[in-house]
Amino acid sequence: MEQETESKNPWGGETKPFNISYGKMMMWFFLMTDALTFTGFLVSYGFSRFKFDETWPFAEDVFTHFPFLHGDHPLLFVALMTFILILSSVTMVLAVNYGHKMQKNKVILWLSLTILGGVLFIGSQAWEWSHFIHGDKGGINTELQGVVHIAVGNEMASVYELMGVDGHDGNHYEFEVSEVIQYLEVNPQYNIILPNRDALTNQESMDYLNDNGTDVMLGANLHNNEYGHRLFADYFYFITGFHGFHVFSGVVILTIILINVIKGTYEKRGHYEMVEKVGLYWHFVDLVWVFVFTFFYLV
Amino acid sequence: MAQESTESNWWIWKVFWLLLGITCIEVGLGIMKPSLLWDTYFLGTKSAVIVFIILTLIKAYYIVMDFMHLGHEKKGFRVVVVIPSIFLISYLTWLMLLEGFYKS
Repeated sequence: MEQETESKNPWGGETKPFNISYGKMMMWFFLMTDALTFTGFLVSYGFSRFKFDETWPFAEDVFTHFPFLHGDHPLLFVALMTFILILSSVTMVLAVNYGHKMQKNKVILWLSLTILGGVLFIGSQAWEWSHFIHGDKGGINTELQGVVHIAVGNEMASVYELMGVDGHDGNHYEFEVSEVIQYLEVNPQYNIILPNRDALTNQESMDYLNDNGTDVMLGANLHNNEYGHRLFADYFYFITGFHGFHVFSGVVILTIILINVIKGTYEKRGHYEMVEKVGLYWHFVDLVWVFVFTFFYLV
Repeated sequence: MAQESTESNWWIWKVFWLLLGITCIEVGLGIMKPSLLWDTYFLGTKSAVIVFIILTLIKAYYIVMDFMHLGHEKKGFRVVVVIPSIFLISYLTWLMLLEGFYKS
C-alpha cells in the first residue's frame, strides 16, 4: 500500500496524501486548531498582564506550597507536575513503540503507566486549585493600587497571623478592614506591603487602609483574588482548567484504547495505529503544558 | 526511518533527559533570579523572558519532532504543520512585545 502511493494519481482519492492515514492527519489538524484556542488564551493573558503590570501578582509568591512540607517552596510543586507530565509522555512513546512491534503486553504496561501519570497530574492540579481557592496569606483590596498584603517590614506575613488565628484550621473566617486597622494599632511590628513590594510603616499602613481599604479578601475566586489583580485568578482558572480538562479527556480516551488493547481489537486489526493517534493527543497536552508552565508560572 | 527508530528505545530516553534538564534549568533560573537576566532588558522585555521563550521553543521542538514523530513524516506534511506555526508564533510574539505596552 505504502509503496504504491507515489505511482498513483494523487488526486484520484485512493492514495494517502503524505503517506499518512486519514485518521492521523485529521488528528494533526485537530491539534492545530486546538493549539489556536490555547494560543488565544495565552495571548489574552499576556495582554492583560502587560496592561495591569503594577498590580499583577508574582507567580512565585502565589504557588509556594508543597504537600507535607512546611514553609515556602516556590515553583517546586509545579515543577513536579511538569516532571509527571513529561514522564507520562515518555511512557506514551514507549507504548506507541511497542505497538509498532505488535507486543501487546508491553503496550498494556506502558499505556497503564501513562494513565497513572495522567491521573497523578489531575490530582496534583486539584490540590493546587484547592490551595489557590482557600488562599494562603490573605489580602486587603484597595481603591488605589489593587491588593495590599500584611507584612513585618519587608517580609510577607499574613492576615491570619495579624489577627491571631490559624488560617488553616478548617474554620471559615471573615474580617473587616476596620478590624485589621485595630489589630495594626495593637501590633505595631506589622505593616502593609504594596503591590510593587514597597513597605509602609505601621502608621502609614493604618492611614492607607483607612483611606483606601475596601474589603479583606481571603482566598481566590472569579470575583476576588487575595494575591493581586482578579484577572490573574480568572486566567488561572480558565487556562489551567482548560488544560486540566484536556488531560482528563486524554485519560478517558487512553482508558478506552487500553480496554481495546486488552480485548485484542488492534491485534486482530493488524496494527496499533489507534494507540499512535491517542499518543499524538497526549503529547499535545504535554506540549501545551510546556507553554502554560513558561508563561503562567515562570515569566 | 520509522523502521529504524522502532528497533531501540535509547532516543526516547535521550529526549526525556533533555526535556528534564531544560525544565530543571528553567526552574533553577525562576527560583534564583540571577540579576544578569532579571535586571537587563532585551527586545523590549526582561532578558529572562527571552531566555524562557527560547528554552520553551527548544522543548516544544523535541516534543513535536520526536515524541509526536513529525520528524519522521514526509517533508510535505512537516511543512504543512510547521510553517503556519512559525508564522503564528513569530507574529504573536512580535505583536505582544510591540503592542503589549499599550495602556488606555
